[in-house]
Amino acid sequence: MIKAILVFNNSAKPRLIKFFEHYPEEIQQQIVRETYQLVSKRDENVCNFLEGGTLIGGNDYRLIYRHYATLYFIFCVDSSESELGILDLIQVFVETLDKCFENVCELDLIFHVDKVHYILQEMCLGGMVLETNMNEIVARFDEQSKLEKQEAGITAGPTKAMTALKEMNLPQKIKDMKLSDLNLNIRF
Amino acid sequence: MSTTMDQVVKRAKDSFGQMFDKSLHDLVRGIRNHKDNEAKYINEAMDEIKQELKQDNIAVKANAVNKLIYLQMLGYDISWSAFNIIEVMSSNRFTFKRIGYLAASQCFYDGTDVLMLTTNMIRKDLSSTSMYEAGIAMSGLSCFINSDLARDLANDIMTLMTSTKPYIRKRAVLLLYKVFLNNPDALKPAFPRLKEKLEDSDSGVQAAAVNVICELARRNPKNYLALAPIFFRLMTTSTNNWVLIKIIKLFGALTPLEPRLGKKLIEPLTNLIHSTSAMSLLYECINTVIAVLVSISSGLPNHNASIQLCVQKLRILIEDSDQNLKYLGLLAMSKILHTHPKSVQAHSDLIMRCLDDKDESIRLRALDLLSGMITRKTLMDIVHKLMVHMDKSEGSHYRDELLSKIIEICSQNDYQHITNFEWYISILVELTRLEGTKHGNLISLQMLDVAVRVESIRSFACNQMTILLENAHVFIHGSNSTTVAEVLYAAAWICGEFCSHLKEPQKTLESMLNTKITLFPGHIQSVYYQNILKIITYLIQTSNNDQILIQQLLSLTIDKMSLFLSSGDVEAQERASVILHILKTILKLIEKSEFNINELSALFDGVLNPVAAKAQRKVAVPNGLNLDAWINDPPSDSEDESITTSSHYDNKDLFYGDNGENYNSYSSETLSYQKSKKYIEPTPEELEKQRESRKQSEQMNPFYLKDSKKPKLTQQTETNSNTINGNDRIESTLSQRTNATSSQLTLSNQLYRQTKIDEENRRLKKKSKIDSESSKKGKKSSKKSDTTIIDDNDDDIYPTIKVTRGGELPEDATQSGNEDNDHDETFGKNKKYDPHRALNIDLNEKSIQSIPTSQPPPPLTSQLKEPVSKQVETPSVLTEKPKKSKKKKIIEKQEQSLTSKSKHKRERSDYKELLSPVDEEENRPTSTPPPSATAEKPKKKKTKEKKPSSSETTVDTNTSAALLLDIMSDDISPTNQSQQQYNEQDDYKLAAQSDNLTIEYSINPNPSIAQLDVTFLLKNRTSFIIDHINIHVIDSMSSKLLNTTSTNLISFPSISLFPHSQNYIHIYFLINAISFSQNLKTTLTYSINKSNTIETDRIEFKLNLPCSQYLRRKTIDSMVFADLMSSGTLTCQSQLRIPSSNQDFLSIINRICQSYRLTVVEKINSAASLYAETILGQPIALLFKSINSQNDILIDGKSTEIHYLSNLMEEIKTSLK
Repeated sequence: MIKAILVFNNSAKPRLIKFFEHYPEEIQQQIVRETYQLVSKRDENVCNFLEGGTLIGGNDYRLIYRHYATLYFIFCVDSSESELGILDLIQVFVETLDKCFENVCELDLIFHVDKVHYILQEMCLGGMVLETNMNEIVARFDEQSKLEKQEAGITAGPTKAMTALKEMNLPQKIKDMKLSDLNLNIRF
Repeated sequence: MSTTMDQVVKRAKDSFGQMFDKSLHDLVRGIRNHKDNEAKYINEAMDEIKQELKQDNIAVKANAVNKLIYLQMLGYDISWSAFNIIEVMSSNRFTFKRIGYLAASQCFYDGTDVLMLTTNMIRKDLSSTSMYEAGIAMSGLSCFINSDLARDLANDIMTLMTSTKPYIRKRAVLLLYKVFLNNPDALKPAFPRLKEKLEDSDSGVQAAAVNVICELARRNPKNYLALAPIFFRLMTTSTNNWVLIKIIKLFGALTPLEPRLGKKLIEPLTNLIHSTSAMSLLYECINTVIAVLVSISSGLPNHNASIQLCVQKLRILIEDSDQNLKYLGLLAMSKILHTHPKSVQAHSDLIMRCLDDKDESIRLRALDLLSGMITRKTLMDIVHKLMVHMDKSEGSHYRDELLSKIIEICSQNDYQHITNFEWYISILVELTRLEGTKHGNLISLQMLDVAVRVESIRSFACNQMTILLENAHVFIHGSNSTTVAEVLYAAAWICGEFCSHLKEPQKTLESMLNTKITLFPGHIQSVYYQNILKIITYLIQTSNNDQILIQQLLSLTIDKMSLFLSSGDVEAQERASVILHILKTILKLIEKSEFNINELSALFDGVLNPVAAKAQRKVAVPNGLNLDAWINDPPSDSEDESITTSSHYDNKDLFYGDNGENYNSYSSETLSYQKSKKYIEPTPEELEKQRESRKQSEQMNPFYLKDSKKPKLTQQTETNSNTINGNDRIESTLSQRTNATSSQLTLSNQLYRQTKIDEENRRLKKKSKIDSESSKKGKKSSKKSDTTIIDDNDDDIYPTIKVTRGGELPEDATQSGNEDNDHDETFGKNKKYDPHRALNIDLNEKSIQSIPTSQPPPPLTSQLKEPVSKQVETPSVLTEKPKKSKKKKIIEKQEQSLTSKSKHKRERSDYKELLSPVDEEENRPTSTPPPSATAEKPKKKKTKEKKPSSSETTVDTNTSAALLLDIMSDDISPTNQSQQQYNEQDDYKLAAQSDNLTIEYSINPNPSIAQLDVTFLLKNRTSFIIDHINIHVIDSMSSKLLNTTSTNLISFPSISLFPHSQNYIHIYFLINAISFSQNLKTTLTYSINKSNTIETDRIEFKLNLPCSQYLRRKTIDSMVFADLMSSGTLTCQSQLRIPSSNQDFLSIINRICQSYRLTVVEKINSAASLYAETILGQPIALLFKSINSQNDILIDGKSTEIHYLSNLMEEIKTSLK
């Protein structure tokens, strides 16, 4: 089982936090900091496993991580997962991100953390590995994005109509608003 | 005025909708632009979000929730918005729903109270027609499912497992695990369905099922032993490395419970080890082989070969340049170490090299291995090397690990490997120079332990400790994190207790008095004061009544001691005061010349011996003492208890404050939290009252220890002061040194070299002795002597030092009794709440119970008997070629070699290839898949059948796959028999047969929906591989084929039949009318891979779905049944009379019940009423009456479906004739 998936950058700023066990937000942040402490002081060419910190883990848990450019991808897993398998999974995850965002960089993760979550949801469910085939993950993700776009298209029509309707009243509205703004400015 | 203006603004905002809202993008950008006052900006944003959530527009709300998800990641609590999140989740639009579920999965947990509002919404989403909606619902649910949701939604999730879309099926399977965890009751009824998914047509679903069962089995392996044959088959057939790894890990968990399974596994696993090049798979195989070898203690001929293979492969891993493989190799090596230390010791060079690795994790792993490789000979070398590392290393964590490791390997088995304790003490002293270590306590304990246990070392130890005491000021200026000062505790005590060994006791005393002791922790101060008194006592004793000297000494000490009265520590201050007054009294007595030294020395009479760890609990309870009885009357509240526990913690902190690092901050936080919660300050009056009553009862109670009876250990061991040779020399060199710290730098090195030289001398001596002996005996023995030296059998060259091992126990207690200690530990562990304990459900048990009581839903019975039917079925195929047992063995052997060869084809270039299981599958049809071990299965069964008493001996010689199955079927046979009694009808019926293929089928109704599950058992009759199986069924008016790949067609790309093997495929029919039985035209196409040519063939047959198969088992209460009968809803009736049959009435009823899934509602001697439900939910009631006079049976049927009823009756009639 995977207990947690963390992504943070070289200065410990979280970019993705996914816990499959409940921790209060405060502890989550502590875990990120602690994990950062553990991971950041490691050289580039050392092994990708380390024992979990005191906050997360215990004997049965290990942190398996990969470091890409400015980002650390960290999986906290128990002994039922294969270490090398999880390393591959991280690779799949990153490659999938790369495909979905087209040359992914940290900024993509910063501005689209929701999308990253959705991609992750195609890979893992409740801490168990769901899908490891990148093409499948990308296809499913794209299909859902398309679904969202369709919905946006469908609703764009009615909203346009609505705004057109509203526009009939608009001059009055704008007047009201300007008035109030002006008044506010005068008052303060 | 302002209110109207607000309204205006609000109206404007409402009508413009999102135009005014910040999007997530804006929020992120805003946060990035406000780096200086991020918190302020976020607080403002939070207020905005709260406003947005108040609006009616769902789009605005969803946008707000999306922003909350981001803020949650930054550590802001968003649980207050739970209700809004649910609103967004319930939106009809996918986009918003998705946001809602994501937010829920991030911040809901099983304790979130609004979850109870979500049940119906989630149910709706799960059954949504859009598979993505169901998908996000399942993803979300997996994160926040609680016991209520698990209970309420279990059936919905079960239904999803039969979905036509693999996308949904595999999610449902994984989600089921979460359901089990939260609602263990669901496991039993769901398990057969889950097991079925192991053979799902989609490999992803299969993998998910394997994953879930592995998780379940990991915690409660014994309940899943019966699945071993299925997993074994999967292991030999699956090409998905993820699945293989899981299965192999699972076997690792199963083998300790079933050694026979382990034996069967060795061969296929070693084959895999040889053949695979996927490192992850290789690694897991090695791990499982190790687990197997650990569980099999003996009786395996090629045991050693396997171990050697593992060790060799691990060596390759460790030598790899990939640090990850190196790390894992060492990790696996440590598992072998416990059982086969010799095999690991052979690679000590490699492990020592890993100690130099730049990677700390690898060094730590290598350290773990070291302890197993220590012998008398190697100890000093290894420790010396570790000390060198200690100087070089930078990270304090690694240094601490090194330190504790050094102490661990030196002290293991009561210092078994130490030949020179002077060296060890000097190592310990040297360790105190470590900056910032947190193991001061450990070093201190070791010093005490060695000094107490090894008498011969005491004078050397005293000298070293004196040096430490003289340099005590060094320890004062340590940083807070270090605990090295702890060693002063040991130093002071050793010098005091064994002061007779001190060279210059007076000087030691002075150095102790001159230290600013009050700067140290309280417990060290206490020990100082106490031992100052001990040394003074000794000095007075040995002073030959030199009054002036004694007076001088005393007045000096009194002067210094009075400074210590200001100690901040309560106990230390108290002791200082007591000792000061003792000294003052002595001084007074001496002045009056009334002083008697014996009075003083009586304080410290006797020798302290080590006490065994379990001594306290070994003290026999005196007659009449009940330890469980209350001493005081139990207080009304639990208050009292909480006070004592909390004060206990306080004490701990007081004395072991330096252990603080051991508590992690999290747990200490919770601790203090609990404390503050429980602790209610009692009023002073209450306290006083309690104290009074306690004192009184103490007075009355004869078992309470009074101060006067201070228990003292009076046992004395014979004092043997045999110093070892070389001891004096070292001491003399020691005494020459004036600067202590500089001397310590090299002391251990010196001793180390000295010992090496001594050792060499002794060895040479011995060798020359042996040589001289062997020259008499001849060359043969001289060779032998060489090897013995290498084998480290030359223990006699090391001096033996008396070490008081173990410890004192009460007289009537025996040394044995480890078990109770261990027991306590495991008990303590179990105490911790573990959800998996609730899942410890015997899954076999059910299969026996469920049928007679007929409580669980029908699928249980129908799925569970699958293994049975296999067993019943297989021999029938075999009867076609009888009496070939002799030849068969030869064929088997050939096949065996074939399989092992074919395994080589399962090559992966790198573990990274795990990534592409699908590519693997795509390749498969073109390349010839290897004939698998499963092919041997049927034959093996046959062999087994012929000699049912075939014992272990034959088991060993035969191939693993088949025999594993035999073994396992032995284990579950009782279950099977009982099932057979009830389930005979569920045997597979022959559907069609060709030269190549036999098709048999069995029909099972779905327990909850109007579906029929038809299972085909395909048996390959050729010696070629059959794959590309497609089934084409033309839909009828009342039935529709589900899961189709194209119209009316299902293909099974992942199923291939190896020569003479069999496999199952499932197809599902949606049923909308049941009145008549159906004959569906079915076509099965397949291709045979005959050497290099692929032939395609087809079999056409009619698939018969009789009316009786539309019934599903349904229990009904007899009262409800009576109501139903009298209600008049069952309008259709039918009657039937069957003339005399020879069978007795009861057995007929039994047979009918089983064949038609009917349940007996009531049974009187000559009549029985039966009940069942059709898959469309219509009730069927039958009354059987035996008319004894004519030996006839009269059947009355009632239902709501006239055609169905009459057809069913007709079927029953034919079956009874």
